[in-house]
Amino acid sequence: MDTSAVLFYVISVFLVLSSLMVVFLRNVVHCALALVVALFLIAVLFVMLHAPMVGVLQVLVYAGAIMVLFLFVIMFLNPTASEPRRKLWWIFGSVAALLLAGGLAALLSNGEAPANPVAATEMFGSPEMLGKSLFTDFVLPFEIASVLLLVAIIGAVVLARREP
Amino acid sequence: MIVDIAIVALKAFLVLFMVLNLAGILGWVERKGSALIQDRIGANRASVLGFAGMGLVNTLIADPLKFLTKEDFIPPQGDKLLHTLAPCMALFTALVTFAVIPFGDVLVLGDRVINLQVANLNIGILYVFAMGSLGVYGIVIGAWASNNKFSLLGGVRGSAQMISYEVAMGLSVIGVLMVFGTLELQEIARGQGTLIRDMLPESAHFLKSTVGWLPAWGIFLQPLAFLLFFTAAVAETKRIPFDLPEGESELVAGYHVEYSGGKFLMFFAGEFAEIVTAAGLVTTLFFGGWQVPYLMRDGFHFPWGETLLLPQLAVTVLQVAAFTLKVIFFCWLQILLRWSVPRFRYDQVMRLGWKMLLPLALLNVIVTAIVIIFLQ
Amino acid sequence: MVPLDHYLILAAVIFAIGVIGVLVRRNLIVVLMSIELMLNAVNLTFIAFSRHLGSMQGQVIVFFVMAVAAAEAVIGLAIVISVFRHRQTLDPQEMQLLKW
Repeated sequence: MDTSAVLFYVISVFLVLSSLMVVFLRNVVHCALALVVALFLIAVLFVMLHAPMVGVLQVLVYAGAIMVLFLFVIMFLNPTASEPRRKLWWIFGSVAALLLAGGLAALLSNGEAPANPVAATEMFGSPEMLGKSLFTDFVLPFEIASVLLLVAIIGAVVLARREP
Repeated sequence: MIVDIAIVALKAFLVLFMVLNLAGILGWVERKGSALIQDRIGANRASVLGFAGMGLVNTLIADPLKFLTKEDFIPPQGDKLLHTLAPCMALFTALVTFAVIPFGDVLVLGDRVINLQVANLNIGILYVFAMGSLGVYGIVIGAWASNNKFSLLGGVRGSAQMISYEVAMGLSVIGVLMVFGTLELQEIARGQGTLIRDMLPESAHFLKSTVGWLPAWGIFLQPLAFLLFFTAAVAETKRIPFDLPEGESELVAGYHVEYSGGKFLMFFAGEFAEIVTAAGLVTTLFFGGWQVPYLMRDGFHFPWGETLLLPQLAVTVLQVAAFTLKVIFFCWLQILLRWSVPRFRYDQVMRLGWKMLLPLALLNVIVTAIVIIFLQ
Repeated sequence: MVPLDHYLILAAVIFAIGVIGVLVRRNLIVVLMSIELMLNAVNLTFIAFSRHLGSMQGQVIVFFVMAVAAAEAVIGLAIVISVFRHRQTLDPQEMQLLKW
C-alpha cells in the first residue's frame, strides 16, 4: 500500500469522526468547528484527487467564509436553551441513516475490478483548465451563478434587516 | 526520495527559522523604534551581567520568560478547549502562509537544482488567501471562548474587518496576475527579471525610450495595485491604523483581553509573523521578490551593454540577501506606520474597505485589461 | 491507487451522517450545517468521478455547487435570524404555524 492510499484511509477516518461530531455534539460552536475540520479534510481529499483549484476554493469559500458566517450567526443569536433530546428519535434516525448508507454502499460498489483511471496530464485540475472550461463550455451557468449570488446578497440583506 | 524529503524539510525549517526570528526581532524594533519616534528611551532596565544591549535583553529574553512563566488563566465560564485552541490557529495560519513565498531563484548543487521555495504549488497565491481566510477563526474563537462582552465585541469587529479586506486584497492582486499571466509566486518573481522594454511590443518607441531600461517590477507596472494591496494587508494584520479590534484605549485589549502568559505570546507572535508575511507578499508581488536589478543567473547584465559574470553561488547568495533586505524594509515600514498615524474609527474602516478599496481594485483590473489589449 | 468505490462509499457515509443531522437535531443551525455536509459528500462524489473519467466537467459542476451552497447558506441563515427575532427559539418543532 503506497503512501497515498494510507493517507486516504487516515483522512477518511478523521473525516467520518468529525462528521459524527457535527451531528452529535451538544454545543453548537463545537459542531461548527467540527464542520470546519471536516471541510478542510475534504479539501485535502480534493487535492489528492488532482483537483487542487477546487480544493483551495473549498478552503477559501466554504471553510473560510461560509463557516465564518455560521459562527457569526451562532455568536449573534447566542442560543442558551439546550435542545430536548429523545432517545427514540435518535435511534430511529440512526437506523434510517444506516439503512441509507448500506443501500448506497451496496449500489455503488460493483464487484468487477475498477477500471484504470484515465492518465491525467499535469494540467488536469489546474487553474488554467478550470478557467478554460468555465469560460468556454460553461460560460452561461457562470453568468447565471453570478446573478444568483447577487440575488442571495440582496435577499439576505432584506430578510435580516431590523424593522425600522 | 529520502533526499527530496530532507531537502524540503530543510527549506521549511529555514523559512520557519527566519520568520520566527524576524518576528522576535520586530518586537524589539517596535519597542526601541517607538521609543525613538516618541523621543523617549524605552525599555532598557533588564540586563545580563551589566549588558543591557539597547533593550535587546529586555525584549528578547526577559519578556518571553515573563510570558511563559505566568499563570495560565482560563475564564471560569469560558470554553476551555476553544480558549487554548484559538491562539494556536492564529499562529499556525500566519506561519504556514510562508510556504509559497520564494526566497531565492535556484540553488545548484552538483546536478541537483533546488527551487528556493518550500512548496511550488500551481495555485500559488490562492493558497495565501486560503490561509488568510482561515486566520479569521483564531480571532472569532478566541473572542467567543473568553466569555466576555468586550472581547466578543472586539472579536466580531476584527473578523468582520478581516473578511472585508480579504476581498479587497484578492481583487487588487488580479492586476498583477493579469500582467504576469500566472498564479505561481516563483513565476511572478522570475517574470520581474525582464526589462520593461522586452515586454513592450515593437511599436511602443516612446515608452521604450523613457522607461524601457527599468526592470519589470510590479511597482512600475501596477502602482495603484501596490497601494491597495499594502493597505489591505496592513488591515488584515489588524495593526494601527486599523487596530480597533484590539483598541488599546477603547476596548481594553479587544479579543485578547482574557489571555495571559504563553497564549498571549502566541497571539503576539502571530501578529508579528503576519507582518513578516505581508512584507514577504508585497516584495514578491511588487518589488521583484529576490530579484536584484539586472542580475541574471550568470551575472549582471546592465542595460547599457556591460556584463559582469559571477559564479552561481554568489548569485544565489545575492538574491537571498536582496529578498531578506526587502522584507526587513517593509516590516520596518509597517512599524513606522503604526507609530505615525492615529487609528481609524470602525465605520471608517468598513467604508474604506468596501466603498473605496473595492471599486478602485475593480477599476485597476479594467484599466489593466485595456492597456494589455492595447499593447498587443 | 485508491479504487473509485472507496471514495464513493466514504461520500455515502458522510451523506448518511448529514441525513441523521437533518432528521434528528432540533437546532435550525445544526440542520443547516448537516445540509452543508450532505452537499460536500456530493462534491466528493463528483470530484472522484472527474478524476477517474479524466473529465473536467465534474470539477466545474463542483464549482457551481459551491456557489449555490454559499447562496443557500446565506439565505438560510438570514431566515434563521428573522425567525429567531420573532419566536426566540431555534427549535424546528416550534415552527408549526403552517401546519393544518
